[in-house]
Amino acid sequence: MVEVKAIVLRAAGINCDMETEYALELAGAKTQRMHINRIIEDKTLLEEFQIIVFPGGFSYGDDVAAGKILANQIIHHLSEPIQKFIDDGKLVLGICNGFQVLVKTGILPGNNSTKHQEETTITYNDSGKFEDRWVYLAPQTNKCIFIEPGRQIYLPIAHGEGKVVTKDSATLDKLKSEGLVAFKYVDKNGQEGDYPINPNGSTDSIAGLTDTTGRILGLMPHPERFVRPTQHPHWSRLKEKPASDGMTIFNNAVKYIQENF
Amino acid sequence: MRQWRFEVFNRSDFSDVHGKSVLEDIKELGISSVQAVQSAKVFLIEADFDKNFAERVAQELLADPVCEEYYIGRSGAPAGLAKATLIEVHLKSGVTDPVADSVMAAVADMGVKADNVRTARKYVLLGEITQSQTDTIAKKLLSNDCIEDCVIGNEAEPPSPHLKPYELQLIHWPIRELEDDELTALSKEKDLFLNLVEMQTIQKYFQELGREPTDVELEAIAQTWSEHCVHKTLKSSVDMSIDGKQVHFDNLLKDTIFKATKQLDKDWCISVFVDNAGVVEFDADSAVCFKVETHNHPSALDPYGGSATGIGGVIRDPMATGMGARPIANTDIFCFGEPDKKLEDIPKGVLHPRRVMKGVVAGVRDYGNRMGIPTVNGAIFFDDRYLANPLVYCGNIGLIDKNKCFDNPQAGNLVVVVGGRTGRDGIHGATFSSGEMTHEHETIFSHAVQIGNPITEKKTLDVLLQANKAGLYEAIADCGAGGLSGAVGEMGKELGVEVNLEKVPLKYAGLSCPEIWISEAQERMVLAVKPENLEAITKIFDDENVESTVIGKFTNDKKLRLLYKDQQVGELDMEFWHEGVPKYSRKAVWKSPQLTEPSIPEKDNYNDELVRILSSYNVASKEWVIRQYDHEVQGGSVVKPLTGVNNDGPSDAAVIQPKFNSDKGLAISCGMNPLYGDIDPYWMALAGIDEAIRNLICVGGRADRIALLDNFCWGNCTKPETFGPLVRAAQACYDGAMAFEAPFISGKDSLNNEFACEDGTRISIPSTLLISAISIVDDINKCVTMDAKRASNLLFIVGETKNELGGSHYYKINDQVGANVPKLDLETAPKIAKKISAAIAEGLVVSCHDCSEGGLAVALAEMAFAGGLGIEADLRGLPKSKDCSRVDMQLFSESNSRYIVEVEPEKYDAFAKLMLNLPFGQIGKVTEEKILLIKTEDGKAVIKADIYSLKQAWQKTFDW
Repeated sequence: MVEVKAIVLRAAGINCDMETEYALELAGAKTQRMHINRIIEDKTLLEEFQIIVFPGGFSYGDDVAAGKILANQIIHHLSEPIQKFIDDGKLVLGICNGFQVLVKTGILPGNNSTKHQEETTITYNDSGKFEDRWVYLAPQTNKCIFIEPGRQIYLPIAHGEGKVVTKDSATLDKLKSEGLVAFKYVDKNGQEGDYPINPNGSTDSIAGLTDTTGRILGLMPHPERFVRPTQHPHWSRLKEKPASDGMTIFNNAVKYIQENF
Repeated sequence: MRQWRFEVFNRSDFSDVHGKSVLEDIKELGISSVQAVQSAKVFLIEADFDKNFAERVAQELLADPVCEEYYIGRSGAPAGLAKATLIEVHLKSGVTDPVADSVMAAVADMGVKADNVRTARKYVLLGEITQSQTDTIAKKLLSNDCIEDCVIGNEAEPPSPHLKPYELQLIHWPIRELEDDELTALSKEKDLFLNLVEMQTIQKYFQELGREPTDVELEAIAQTWSEHCVHKTLKSSVDMSIDGKQVHFDNLLKDTIFKATKQLDKDWCISVFVDNAGVVEFDADSAVCFKVETHNHPSALDPYGGSATGIGGVIRDPMATGMGARPIANTDIFCFGEPDKKLEDIPKGVLHPRRVMKGVVAGVRDYGNRMGIPTVNGAIFFDDRYLANPLVYCGNIGLIDKNKCFDNPQAGNLVVVVGGRTGRDGIHGATFSSGEMTHEHETIFSHAVQIGNPITEKKTLDVLLQANKAGLYEAIADCGAGGLSGAVGEMGKELGVEVNLEKVPLKYAGLSCPEIWISEAQERMVLAVKPENLEAITKIFDDENVESTVIGKFTNDKKLRLLYKDQQVGELDMEFWHEGVPKYSRKAVWKSPQLTEPSIPEKDNYNDELVRILSSYNVASKEWVIRQYDHEVQGGSVVKPLTGVNNDGPSDAAVIQPKFNSDKGLAISCGMNPLYGDIDPYWMALAGIDEAIRNLICVGGRADRIALLDNFCWGNCTKPETFGPLVRAAQACYDGAMAFEAPFISGKDSLNNEFACEDGTRISIPSTLLISAISIVDDINKCVTMDAKRASNLLFIVGETKNELGGSHYYKINDQVGANVPKLDLETAPKIAKKISAAIAEGLVVSCHDCSEGGLAVALAEMAFAGGLGIEADLRGLPKSKDCSRVDMQLFSESNSRYIVEVEPEKYDAFAKLMLNLPFGQIGKVTEEKILLIKTEDGKAVIKADIYSLKQAWQKTFDW
């Protein structure tokens, strides 16, 4: 079997890289955290990896807008190697700030890394402030390799800018008809609702997006923060140890590489 | 070079979240005529690019293509709408502007080097408002005069700060011939905050040297000798009169708090009271260090910047402890005036408490979250005596290799400064925080406010951890109080050091030698590096765009030598500079106040009282604050600050798992209750210690591995009657530490928290002692939380309830203080803590909550609504003292050392056996019906309330 190798991209202000590395290692991927400067210096570095993760944090302080400065850096320095990575059939995961970066480079939705972001963006929460809380997520697609179809999962969000918006309703319709919506925020029973069920006011309760190949996923919630039962917010009152929902995403990624490379 | 101006607005069909929140704040100011607020970001970029490129910068970088639009140039007021007022807020020249730095880098990524970037915020207020209302909005809400300038209307922005380079002027301040009154006047004129004896000591030193001091020498001495840096008061010799009885201490700290630590002599204490933070063993390979600091005066002037740099500063303490720790958790505890205060009741020079609170919370949020450190524990206390002197305590815990807990600078090492650049911000921070505040402080001490850039600190942390691992430096210090003077001086204390001030990298030109040497600009660390390691360590820094510069070298002549372009500007003997401060001797007085217990009529039902206490500021849910902090980053949270079936009940303490591959945990808590201090600070301090320890025990912390921290915030301690209570509290710290065998490992004090109003009246804070505590959790899988777990489980109370309502919240809602302050039973309290800890470790307990503010009734209510279950309780089973006969006493007494414990029926015997010989009793059970029912001994329901209505009362206060 192929050795699964994952890279977690670091940059100034990225701060979820260690726990993301741990989650990938738990899933069985040999994982390396690497600063973006190293890849800009040597663009062939990405070639040995099959999974790239853009982790959470506040890249460059989220100055101007969340993920914007890092997205700008990627557009101007790393467009080609990342496009090649995608074209080679490899996997891209963006979590929280990483999701914001994927959207602001234009990589999500629709795998468009050579152009700029156009019709979808992520902006300030309706509440106007950063919030850390747990949310339920219902998968919206069968085609994204990271997602177990039909399995609702429970994960924490921690962001101030997580509201997904589209330029107009046509763009939204297109996201839906092309199956690009990966996850929606729902309540425990799987129903959409207002705040705090939808914690940031995201259009159509969108919590995550994928691309047409299903090999790119971006989401606001943090799967790397629920990889052990004791991370569940009220594990101490559950009779059975809760399943670590966040691991499904990492496990699926590793399994996909093992089966396809 | 051309300056391009960009304005970025929200598109009209997308909500302007910032504009909306400003509108809400304007309404809170009592101005109702503003109908809408539009906010915009302004970017001023000086660069040689053309209109086409400017369009690209706007489209690709500055404005979001979906929800924003831009205007290149200056847009006027929107036409055809209601009357519009334009207000623009610019940073004062020299104030750090992180966004500008990022934009500069991003424009460079696009292929053009900009010469300068500045940013501003623009607000368009729609509606009829008067000139004075505009001023109020601009000054009280949108800007802070310490760091920002407001431009009202369509005027030009402030000019760009092109400062002239500094030409060295060697300035001497003659003091050798001065008379005493002139010495005092000089200290005041130069803001040295040194008293006459200290000035005389300095005078004598220079008389002996046969020369006058230079400006930088005097400034360096003033910083090092400041109360903030050397804690003169706590180390002073004290003659204390306690109700007429005389007691003497040679050194207050050594005779109380240190003494307990020394006598306990725990082998798991690795480094206590010597480094930036106290260090205790965690496991075979690692240790944890913990430090709590205050940042009160800066937060009073600029709540956002003050608290942000408070947390930023305390994070650097573990980073500079030993050879450097990795920060793993933050704590924060605040004291504010009550937020519903009328604007006209706020003294001149003081910000409204609501604005202070919002700003302080936002500052901690933005800095802590950006650093990627979870903020896991805290508390907020409200009292109007904090109006002019809010207290902002920030704590940080770090994880460090056990073999790297000490550093070792050597002669010949290079002095390397790494991280942020030095600017004019934070000048006189250490001395400023050692004095009292007045209504004029806003203008006089604006330069003492520091502005942080968390990303610079995060970048610096990232590279320092790599350099530490590679073993490329010999010692590390952080630039905190006193700036380079403090950091380099402390490191070179036993050696000697020579610094070339012109080599220090500056944010902008024009800083003088004293400014460079004492600036408290943020995010700077100092390293001692062997010359042969310089290249390797510099590469680590360069690789991640972190600036580092060699500014001098350590010597072996025990002298500080400061040079500017080869000219000597200062020379001091290390011994005089660090040890020369004359020892204080202080008088202290404690007279027990003559207080009486109130007579409050007894009632048949206490539902109203319970609701009033639950919704009071101190007890009410702090979820509004807690959710704004990332308390889960780093993936180590085990017991989160909010818990229960809906993740919104109040946890007693936090537990984190510092290492991914070990089930060992760390419990973190705090205790504080200034209301008890109004009766007797001795019992206040013991109650704080017991509360902090109870909280640790409740979640599963070990009773035999507790380490404590003290943070004293007091009024003007030159007054014997203000200092007396502090001495009382320090004595209690000794007694408490000895009783629990819980040593103090670090501490800090902030004195002179007094405010002189314009009319001469003075506001002093109440005596405030924060106790922070940590302990080890052997197995995180055994942690318990405070929420009721399952119907038909049994509820016990362990610990005796006494007639101790002095300083209680029950008396507070009845506008009373009382006399019977809770008095800790030093013998029983540690026994109870040990037994509860053992019961949890043995798996006999499913939930545990301590009784604190609001007593038994509040604790039961919290357990019930956090668990989404009912509780039926019966006061018959309550272990109580003989004089605790009244029902209201039993419900609301705040006696210490009481724990409510939920036990499964089948574990009753084992639990009861373990509690044998302790005061405990079964008081009820958990029920399915969502009602809190408390019955008296004769079966009458004194509290009967729906748990959701109680929860709503508890939550609505801060439903902001």
